[in-house]
Amino acid sequence: MLSRDKTWVGNDNGEHSFHGGIKLPGHKDLSTQSPIADMPACDVYTVPLNQHIGAEGEILVKAGDHVLKGQMLARPHGMVSAAIHSPVSGEIIEISNHRFPHPSGLAAPCFVIKNDHKDEWIERNPVGDDYAQLGSHELRGLIRDAGIVGLGGAGFPAAVKQTEVGITTLIINGVECEPYISCDDMLMREHADEIIAGAKIIAQIIKAENCVIAIEDNKPQAIDAVSKAINDDDSGFIELQVVPTIYPSGGERQLIKIITGMEVPMNGLPADIHVLCHNVATSYAIYNAIYHAIPLISRIVTITGHGVQSPQNINTAIGTPIKDCIEFCGGYRDDARALIMGGPMMGLTLDTDELPVIKTSNCLLVTTPEDMALPASKSHMPCIRCGKCVDVCPANLLPQQLYWYSADRDYDRAINLNLFGCIECGCCDYVCPSDIPLVQYFRHAKSGIWEQERERKKSDIARQRHENRQARQDKQKQEREERLRKKREALAKGKDSHKLELDKKKALIADALARVKEKKAKQPVKPKNTENLTEEQLEKIAEADRRRKKLKKERGDQDAV
Amino acid sequence: MLFKKADAPYLKDYSNVQSMMLKVIYALIPGSIAMFWFFGWGVLFNLAIAISVCLASEAMMLKFRRRPVEPALKDGSALVTACLLALALPPLAPWWLVAIASLFAIVVAKHLYGGLGFNPFNPAMVGYVVVLISFPREMTLWTPPLGVAGGWPSFTDAVAIVFGSGISTQALDAITMATPIDILKTHINMEHDIEYVRTHKVYGELFGPVTGVGWEWINGLYLAGGLWLIKQGVIDKRIPISFIISLVLISNFLSVLDYASYSSALFHTLSGGTMLAAFFIATDPVTASTTPRGRIIYGAGIAAIAYIIRNWGGYPDGIAFAVLLMNMAAPLLDQYTQPRTFGKSEAKS
Repeated sequence: MLSRDKTWVGNDNGEHSFHGGIKLPGHKDLSTQSPIADMPACDVYTVPLNQHIGAEGEILVKAGDHVLKGQMLARPHGMVSAAIHSPVSGEIIEISNHRFPHPSGLAAPCFVIKNDHKDEWIERNPVGDDYAQLGSHELRGLIRDAGIVGLGGAGFPAAVKQTEVGITTLIINGVECEPYISCDDMLMREHADEIIAGAKIIAQIIKAENCVIAIEDNKPQAIDAVSKAINDDDSGFIELQVVPTIYPSGGERQLIKIITGMEVPMNGLPADIHVLCHNVATSYAIYNAIYHAIPLISRIVTITGHGVQSPQNINTAIGTPIKDCIEFCGGYRDDARALIMGGPMMGLTLDTDELPVIKTSNCLLVTTPEDMALPASKSHMPCIRCGKCVDVCPANLLPQQLYWYSADRDYDRAINLNLFGCIECGCCDYVCPSDIPLVQYFRHAKSGIWEQERERKKSDIARQRHENRQARQDKQKQEREERLRKKREALAKGKDSHKLELDKKKALIADALARVKEKKAKQPVKPKNTENLTEEQLEKIAEADRRRKKLKKERGDQDAV
Repeated sequence: MLFKKADAPYLKDYSNVQSMMLKVIYALIPGSIAMFWFFGWGVLFNLAIAISVCLASEAMMLKFRRRPVEPALKDGSALVTACLLALALPPLAPWWLVAIASLFAIVVAKHLYGGLGFNPFNPAMVGYVVVLISFPREMTLWTPPLGVAGGWPSFTDAVAIVFGSGISTQALDAITMATPIDILKTHINMEHDIEYVRTHKVYGELFGPVTGVGWEWINGLYLAGGLWLIKQGVIDKRIPISFIISLVLISNFLSVLDYASYSSALFHTLSGGTMLAAFFIATDPVTASTTPRGRIIYGAGIAAIAYIIRNWGGYPDGIAFAVLLMNMAAPLLDQYTQPRTFGKSEAKS
């Protein structure tokens, strides 16, 4: 039962603590009563191709292939990607779309593998203690090929984070601050030595100067086990730090603040302040990869909540149906209401148990009304600006103002109030007396802003294209005009020269005429056939000559006039 | 097996608006009992009238606005407004004065601005100021406290004064008095000193060792209720602390400078509506600043303005005006006091 007391605390913003946070009822005892149990083999496994942040791997097998346990099914493809391995030996029945635990709820490519129950391993060549002789690059390659991703819940490929440039502090996160989850607690209790060994491998890769393992003070047995393992370790390199139990102290940014007193820049990464953070389970997986050449084909999952008959932690293969895991833990109780992958603050509700366990499934929580009442209705009271959300916000935001602007879709103001500093931890939601689903509003606002950003980019590109086209057209127009102008000029010039030529020709003609005239004047025309003419004919000629003369004279007079 | 889907987080604290409002009411009870003890039936009449008018007008407005009536009535916000208003008004105020103040508080100051969570001004203070400006004479008439000048009137007299015209103006004047703060201001403006008033043959009786008779009890019990509210996490401690410290600093400074004309810090903190304002009125979250630093400035601002009006203004007590003026400043305060976000190098202003 939840306590009805005031459970929230307004934390002071000291150097080694973060602002806000809440004290939550832990319910961890529910699943820590028995040691980690090994989940028995199932007949069919469904292994999704993409269980991590980043690109899908490149598929190496096809339906009908016989595969061995630990055989790589997909090779990492691109910078941020992870390999996928077969959890059992058997036959690939199909590679097809299936649903798996994902916020989208959509189906995606999965390897469906039929177990032949022979448990035949692929040939393994563990590096063991010799890893000390290997370089960072080779070790990173081994981790990458082992398909190791952040097992705390985010699923970011581990090797990608392990840069060897400028990291001084390695933090191994065993805080596990969300209620109900106890897989890291149990892992630390039972495998502390392996976690330490894994941490030393990571420290070598990144050339860390110091390494801190952080555990919340509500896990005394894990603290004992880890401190014993640290004492047994002769390097003296690793230290244990117990942190107070305040949600969300296990958040990467919050934990780094607690340990180092430094804040990861809002839009930056831990590497920006020379820190690398890995979950204890990731460290354990890295140990297995290096010392036993076991890729990430199984993990420890907390099966808990009052809706399960016997809550406990199980070590189960990736791809095991959730239904089988619950059955292994005694099955459901009658009042089971909801199935959550992850914790009650940031987990994901699943609408069916016919989905596989994946690399990031740290917890399967089956709730009853005794555990929590799922938010039933969409309606909530208006915000009364009480400011409880401000007191608990670990990012030191003003959730009530952000809510106002997010609900209003006034995204510019929301961005100004650092909406993107929100880690969606749910503290504000938890304390809100008006039951406003604040985190949902913030998620919507964020995706709205991303959408706008995409639209803006698209329209920017379109505008750019339009402007380029405009510029091109302008240029063409200019060129055309230039050409026309030149032509016109040329034409105008051409007309002038034509005239000159014409004048010249006229002059020539005039000259020629003048010459002819002159010649004519010098040699009067002698009429032909004037010999041997009769008297009468001569008379007529003389008469014609007279007429001609007369006419000429008249014309000459006219000319004179 | 199939399950219902929902969105994280799934865990919820059990606090809700209704329980917060009810705790405010509980915290008001000791102070109200002290007020009843010293000022008589009128306090109860005020409460009864204010509560019925506030709830009725809340229901009416919700109906007009086509909002669900029952959940909003149950949230207790109208009840809190009614109680704060009733406890701030003079105990023998005529019924219509209380009714007008209540009606205005709920209809205009609350619902016309959009109802709970959207009103920029504290509804109770808007109601108070409306009647203070409209009916200044009625607002200055307080019954003398228990044991002074015959004390408060009997039940039948009180009924006659509040609900009827059964009493003449002269008779009313005879049984009512201004509050100690008001009397002090009037006389100091007439160039009398504090000692003169305290030893005056008529008013002197009103003053106890520290402040007006009864007022230190009333304020002390409001203080206790307020501290309980802080412990319960219902109100934020910054506003009352900053309010009280600022009032102490200002009044102490002036009283040290001129002991004869300025009352002590203790007088100011335990007089009139100081504690009611500090813990119950100024802390109304809807109309106050919401940032941590903004709340400190907000509380200090109310103290400064209230002190100025108390001493030099034309009204008996300045808290209502001070609260409303700072309500106006709240959005600006919020804008310029944004805390530094985690991982940001410095706060944006």
